[in-house]
Amino acid sequence: MRHIISILLENESGALSRVAGLFSARAYNIESLTVAPTDDPSLSRMTLVTTGSDEIVEQVCKQLNKLIDVVKLVDLTRDLHVERELILVKVRAENEQRDEIMRLAEIFNGHIIDLTDRTYTLEVTGDSAKIDAVLKALENIPILEVVRSGQLGMGRGAMGIV
Amino acid sequence: MELTGAEIIIECLKAEGVDYVFGYPGGAVLHIYDAFYKQDDVQHILVRHEQGATHAADGYARATGKPGVVLVTSGPGATNAVTGIATAYMDSIPMIVITGQVPKHLIGNDAFQEVDAVGITRPIVKHNFLIKDVRDIATTFKKAFYVATTGRPGPVVIDIPKDITAERVEFEYPSIIEMRSYNPTFKGHTGQIKRAVDLILSAERPMLYTGGGVILGDAAEQLRTLTRKLGYPITQTLMGLGAFPASDPLSLGMLGMHGTYEANMGMHHSDVLIAIGARFDDRVTGSLEKFCPYAKIIHIDVDPSSISKNVKVDIPIVGQVAPILDAINNLLDSTAKQPNKTAIKNWWQQINEWRAKDCLNYDRNSDIIKPQFVVEELFKATNGEAIITSDVGQHQMFAAQYYGFDRPRQWINSGGLGTMGFGLPAAMGAQLAYPNEMVACITGESSIQMCIQELSTCRQYGLPLKIINLNNGYMGMVRQWQEFFYEKRYAMSYFDALPDFVVLAESYGHAGIKVEKPEDVRPALDEAFKQKDRLVFLDFIVDPEENVYPMIPAGAGLNEMILV
Repeated sequence: MRHIISILLENESGALSRVAGLFSARAYNIESLTVAPTDDPSLSRMTLVTTGSDEIVEQVCKQLNKLIDVVKLVDLTRDLHVERELILVKVRAENEQRDEIMRLAEIFNGHIIDLTDRTYTLEVTGDSAKIDAVLKALENIPILEVVRSGQLGMGRGAMGIV
Repeated sequence: MELTGAEIIIECLKAEGVDYVFGYPGGAVLHIYDAFYKQDDVQHILVRHEQGATHAADGYARATGKPGVVLVTSGPGATNAVTGIATAYMDSIPMIVITGQVPKHLIGNDAFQEVDAVGITRPIVKHNFLIKDVRDIATTFKKAFYVATTGRPGPVVIDIPKDITAERVEFEYPSIIEMRSYNPTFKGHTGQIKRAVDLILSAERPMLYTGGGVILGDAAEQLRTLTRKLGYPITQTLMGLGAFPASDPLSLGMLGMHGTYEANMGMHHSDVLIAIGARFDDRVTGSLEKFCPYAKIIHIDVDPSSISKNVKVDIPIVGQVAPILDAINNLLDSTAKQPNKTAIKNWWQQINEWRAKDCLNYDRNSDIIKPQFVVEELFKATNGEAIITSDVGQHQMFAAQYYGFDRPRQWINSGGLGTMGFGLPAAMGAQLAYPNEMVACITGESSIQMCIQELSTCRQYGLPLKIINLNNGYMGMVRQWQEFFYEKRYAMSYFDALPDFVVLAESYGHAGIKVEKPEDVRPALDEAFKQKDRLVFLDFIVDPEENVYPMIPAGAGLNEMILV
């Protein structure tokens, strides 16, 4: 099963490689990983998507907690949570396809954030299913480049990491 | 007071009560060595290879419970230390390893003797630090010692660029340290402890299974009280030997791949398994599917990630072993409920039937020296009181099986990583910690050659070790597996150019004795231990084809042992 693990860790050099190294050393899966400082610049928040049986994910969480740089973590998928991912897609946009791509962007509540006379760059946010749907909808458009941010997540209401 | 970074390092070590540092100098640590030169409080022990430094510090730590300290230079100094760091990590040994680093402005420049020590050691340390500012040295050392010695102990590496060891700053050693991201659990959960006591008292076929955590957690006293109070059988892992006395009738000896028949059968048929400071290692459990099929399991461990990692347990208790066992002992004293006397009596009857197989029997009338015989005679010659270190292989198993350890920290070996070359330097560390104790290293002709250069260190510091070399001309354990599983194709497990160990020992300034007949074993040992201020290298020519029995083959259950 897919789990989203949200981690607060010391914003120190090497902290990221400790987490990444743990996953490769113990043969755990990483589907995506994002990390950036929080409102407290001494802390980073990492969102990590992994897959595995309940036993494995429990071990993943315990092993992560053992890392000295990890301050706190929560498996968001155990409770109600929101998740968002951002995608940028650069497509070839010429002639009548320019209108079609505009319409698609509107349907997905996205934006065109860069254009040339031959390309558009789309920005869409949503949960993973929506982002997958965007790519599916663009199947007939020549895609030049894709970049996804990876999942971000947060517990709902009182639930969360603090 | 304003001090240089190098002087601050010495002050930090003094503040932590460090008496020995094991190391080897080099360019990046010359400022630190200069600071060592100017003081007498912390003694530096010069080894002959950095691997020796790490194992010696490790042996010191295992013998004393205090963290071992290592100082090596950058680049090859750090990489040579890696095996010893990994060895300590696998057995949860507290250790501080100071590695020199090239000056800050050269980091990442492929400078001479530069290596990413923090990167290389990351998966084999509890934590590591790269200090980038002279003002951070004191706090980092405080943190390093705190992390290395609390919770589940382990090695911590501190990488220090050369330039900051020359810079000056005001020194103040922090008296306490708080780390928001590191809060090891100390006390066990009261509710879980109560549930555990209920289960312990309801047992009909109980088994105590204890490991190195009891020794690391200084809980041997509590374990003895608990076991004797209950009258339950106890078996110990390779790492746990000595926590409970081997000479006590409640002890069934070691369990696992080369454990005793009674211990492994007892495990398999138990209905309540009380695991204390043990981690269900694959050499202990055998096949996980077949492991303890009838048992409800209590697991006491300081490391939450040990719980249900390999074997799902019913009552986990996370915390330090000693206070948890205290709490259990107190509860047992205050409750009216008693162990089920009839059931326990029947259980012992069954265990004694297994015991009657005498699974550690071997040919005691042999004309060639049996390795087991040497260990038994060593036990007698030392009255069972020596500190024993070992290398890795058959001799390690014979030592574990035939030298009955009665006290914790008496048995020092590399269990988790299985590092050949560990025994001699580890014995140096133990002997430095206890100069008046008998220290013997049980080894083999293959293992001893992996760190034999340390004989020179022993000479320099006058360490009167006794080397018990069980010389069978083979890498014995490799040969045994090749005999069993590769139709006796002894690929590369034979040595046909062995040194004359007696001459070798003598050339290092030690004494050497070659022993070839069983009747000469005891006199040679007595002669060696008479030489109280001299290292004696005893080269025992033993049966080349002796095997370690009993044995659980890979993939089998604990009840599927091969006896002799």
